[in-house]
Amino acid sequence: MTREEVLKDLNERFKGSIVDVFDKSPKRVYIEIKPESLVEVAIYIFKTLGARFNIASGIDVRQYFEILYHFTLEEINLLISLRVKLSHEKPEVESLAPVFKAANWIEREINEMLGINFIGHPDMKRLLLPDEWPEGVYPLRTDYKEWDKKAIRDRGV
Amino acid sequence: MAKKTIVPIGPYHPLQEEPEFFTLTVEGEKVIDIEVEVGYNHRGIEKLSERKSFDQSTFVVERICGICSTSHPYAYTRAVEDIVPMEVPERAKYIRTIIAEGERLHSHLLWLGLAGHFLGYNTVYMWAWKLREEVLDVMEILSGNRNNYAMFTPGGVRRDIKAEDIPVCLKKIDSIVPTLEMLKKAVMDDPVLHARTKGVGILTKEEAIDYSALGPTSRASGVARDVRKDSPYGAYDQVEWEMIVTQNGDVFDKVVLRVLEMFETYKILKYCLENLPSGEIDANIKSIPPGDGIGHIEAPRGETFHFVRSDGTNSPERHKVRAPTFMNLPTYKSTVVGETIADATIILAAIDPCYCCTERMTVKDTDGKKLYTGEDLVRLSQERTEEIRKSI
Repeated sequence: MTREEVLKDLNERFKGSIVDVFDKSPKRVYIEIKPESLVEVAIYIFKTLGARFNIASGIDVRQYFEILYHFTLEEINLLISLRVKLSHEKPEVESLAPVFKAANWIEREINEMLGINFIGHPDMKRLLLPDEWPEGVYPLRTDYKEWDKKAIRDRGV
Repeated sequence: MAKKTIVPIGPYHPLQEEPEFFTLTVEGEKVIDIEVEVGYNHRGIEKLSERKSFDQSTFVVERICGICSTSHPYAYTRAVEDIVPMEVPERAKYIRTIIAEGERLHSHLLWLGLAGHFLGYNTVYMWAWKLREEVLDVMEILSGNRNNYAMFTPGGVRRDIKAEDIPVCLKKIDSIVPTLEMLKKAVMDDPVLHARTKGVGILTKEEAIDYSALGPTSRASGVARDVRKDSPYGAYDQVEWEMIVTQNGDVFDKVVLRVLEMFETYKILKYCLENLPSGEIDANIKSIPPGDGIGHIEAPRGETFHFVRSDGTNSPERHKVRAPTFMNLPTYKSTVVGETIADATIILAAIDPCYCCTERMTVKDTDGKKLYTGEDLVRLSQERTEEIRKSI
């Protein structure tokens, strides 16, 4: 399939799920989808189109959380970024880790950094932050404030 | 039922970007489960980058890794250029390619040396590291530094390559080829090495796709993915070179793949040095508009991925860094399980992660009594090679 065919196919297949398509450049396209249809679209792109999962990146943009799932279609040199927007009140989305193992670690990372809940993740525990890091403090949120790290410093390590 | 033993490996030795902690569960000699923990050296670079200007971030990300120090600024500057969007001048593209390939050469040599050491081939270790010195000399001539070259800036490169330096560099990289040939022959013909690494730590093609494994780890399993070919950047589309793909996914294939890749790297380096175009080296970006940018490049270990969001100010609003090992490490779950502890040393090293961890292994039985030290495990691995050597 060519680039145009892939985009047309995605547009038709997921007409109800796609909110917005931003065709940035020949190599990049950003597709905003409804959070509830993420798994369905991701399965199609990863399994049927045979894309590689690059990574996901979560951002706190004050009004809402945004997660971008980046996929590369190597044959046609196209990087598709699926964008989902999640509200601050209910930051949760279906997990992709049961679908492909590549999503396992990054969802753990986004969970601890931004406090987004991935429903159905098989092994949700901390990835990068130390055990002493308090619950409910998320370093990459915009309202993050420095907390008293004396407890970690003084543990005699 | 055999007694289960837990073998903790790691965690401290922050030589590379990720000091890892492995918990191997073994039954007798056989590994039945592995858990990987990372984060012991989490430095918060992504958060730090939000407080730096776009120019300063280039140097911050260069410090992420000491071995592939150029791959992060390369991916980052490409992400920034993707926001604008713009193309860098031809000469800058060539210089970037030269630096990136020089780094690949020294990184693969470093890995080959350590892999040789773990298997009890200390001659390979010495030879490979001696060759690596030549490559580092070339890098020093070109950039002024043996590592952390600081050559990149959004829009181009910071330093030009002088015409009079090129013959010296060419002579130096030409001089390593005969020894590389010898190493290649040593790997291909040695029956002990075959017996020791063939069929060990297999990553199947399906698993490689499921884990989205990258770089040599995926190419050794028959998954032909290389950013340099799939989405050409720099001068890679102007040079004739081949993507090396092997099919079996075992340790042997990963060794062979890296050795063969060094010859391709040599080809690219030589071509770029001989055909360096003239012209500007920096496009001088004036301002960076709001928007998202993605930059990905092929580092020695696989694709390095940077995502940068600009809000129109002087510093990134969000900067996401993904090193290749982040995707390659979880593949241990399928490669190590079912193998023996003596093989685990080399399997864990085969994806080219932080070796430091394998050097700091301790084996404990379940009530915490120390049985082996890290050196003992390397010795265990070397003894295994010795056994095979005697039996052939």
